[in-house]
Amino acid sequence: MRAREIFHKGLPTIRPDDKIHTLFEFYKMKALKLAVIFPLLAALAGMPVTQAADIVGVITLKGTPPPEKEITPLKEDANCGAMYQAVPTTHFYVVGAKGELADVVVSLKGVTGKSTGASAPPAVLDQKGCLYAPQILAIQTGQKLIVKNSDACIHNVHATPTVAGNPESNQVQMPGGADLNYTFAQPEMFLRFKCDVHPWMFAWVSVIDSPYFCVSDKDGKFVIKNVPPGKYTVEAAHRKLGTQTQEVEVKDGDATANFTFEVK
Amino acid sequence: MSIETPIKTNSWLHWFAVLTAAATFLLLGLGGLVTSHEAGMSVPDWPNTYGYNMFLFPPAQWIGGIFYEHTHRLLASAVGLMTLILAVWLWFKEARRWMRWLGVAALVLVAAQGVLGGLRVTLHMDSLGVFHGTIAQLFFVLTCALALFTSRFWAGLMADRQSLRVPAGLRTLVLATTIVILGQLVLGATMRHQHAGLAIPDFPLAYGHWWPDTSADAVAGYNARRVEVNGENPITPFQIELQMVHRGLALAIFILVAVCAWQAWQRLGRKDALAKLALAWLALILAQVALGAATIWYNKAADVATTHVLVGALALTVGAMWCLVAFCRAAPSTEVRPLAVFGAQPVMAANK
Repeated sequence: MRAREIFHKGLPTIRPDDKIHTLFEFYKMKALKLAVIFPLLAALAGMPVTQAADIVGVITLKGTPPPEKEITPLKEDANCGAMYQAVPTTHFYVVGAKGELADVVVSLKGVTGKSTGASAPPAVLDQKGCLYAPQILAIQTGQKLIVKNSDACIHNVHATPTVAGNPESNQVQMPGGADLNYTFAQPEMFLRFKCDVHPWMFAWVSVIDSPYFCVSDKDGKFVIKNVPPGKYTVEAAHRKLGTQTQEVEVKDGDATANFTFEVK
Repeated sequence: MSIETPIKTNSWLHWFAVLTAAATFLLLGLGGLVTSHEAGMSVPDWPNTYGYNMFLFPPAQWIGGIFYEHTHRLLASAVGLMTLILAVWLWFKEARRWMRWLGVAALVLVAAQGVLGGLRVTLHMDSLGVFHGTIAQLFFVLTCALALFTSRFWAGLMADRQSLRVPAGLRTLVLATTIVILGQLVLGATMRHQHAGLAIPDFPLAYGHWWPDTSADAVAGYNARRVEVNGENPITPFQIELQMVHRGLALAIFILVAVCAWQAWQRLGRKDALAKLALAWLALILAQVALGAATIWYNKAADVATTHVLVGALALTVGAMWCLVAFCRAAPSTEVRPLAVFGAQPVMAANK
């Protein structure tokens, strides 16, 4: 019986008149099988895993930012000033002790048409103490934005987009009144919300056409979660300091992109 | 001696026209405060106010920017009513046909102003704010003209213009200067409705230079270093250049008005009313230049900026009134007499 037959059919009953090398051939084939399979398995085990990962980083500021200004009209307002002991200040530059820069909107440039905004939980913008909170916010296209009035005075909520397809609107919001809901169909960076009754009140909402974005925290850190493998241009945008980009590749685990803005 | 049909004046009508002009001046100031306080959109609806009938909006709710915008609307309604009364009064009591139609024109203009202001709010159009501001100035000129035409001074002028001649060259110079002032006002209105705050924070230099750097990097730096209390739009190169043109035009206007005043003194004599008015005009322009500088030095403080708007309106009006009086006064016999437009009867010319 030939070795191939033995290979396919298995070890036959050895009859005393079979030649010894037939058995050898059988075990040789077995060994060959294993020699092929095991390395293949080993190779497969060694191959990298293609899963989504995070893009993380830290954003810092180099140089001394201009001093923030006291919001004197707020303190002088009869309704709003009563809510404060000291005069509140602007906060364009939120910088930590080691230069960590907050309020930077980080997103993936050129990644569009991936929005999951319609099913995302709503974002919230509140008017409290005659100031918007937060002042810098990022949402997806199609994501609901709820604007609340937690103050005991009238505000008007005036959205002033500049991109066609995002309509300007100006609505009354009485104290204790119903929340106002917004969605924006087009991506737009730093879309301004303002109150014309109290002109020092404003917030900047960035609308992004994908779920891959975040806003840096007070430690300057950001995490863009669950980014599919691939090469990307990470864009970091600050309201005052402009925009920077960096190329990263999500391949084996988290990718890192650190940014340094400078005040000149 | 000239033979003229004397113009009958009604002092009550005249003083009502003066009152209307004064109310319009106040309205200009309130409108200026609205823009200076960035309160133009603080009342999102029109003609109602936060859902109330405009005249029934509770005073307790006149807070923040609402105070300026709402009082502006109330005073605008009052000026509209006064203009209506004036137009009707002129229509039924004024002998001069052109004056009756001028009253109608004033009524149409004030109605158009009201609608423009309302549409600026409901359509969210800043560009309409520029038209609204400019037409406001022109309406003020019109109300002052109505007050002038109903005055005894004007009647006397028409009766005795032979002795008060203004050379055509001087008239043309003042007219051209007045038109340049109007252009400056339009420029100023355009600047204010950019809602970008001060495009240039220093004067007489601009970002430390006689002509500022408006490259992309430089402007990015200006925006990075600027900390604004109100959420103004970022500065653009266009806005910087607009302010530089405004400064240059201010200098040109100062020179033109100075020449007008000097010419008036030289050719009319220092005792002539128009010569004195030209000097007052020059003083007004000097004040306006100082106010413009103060607007920058005090970081566009609302009261300073609004005063700058009002003095600009006065400068335009003085120039316009000067022109009206000058064109009314007979030119030398060899020159064209554009008097028919004012409804004067033909003059039996005396000394040639």
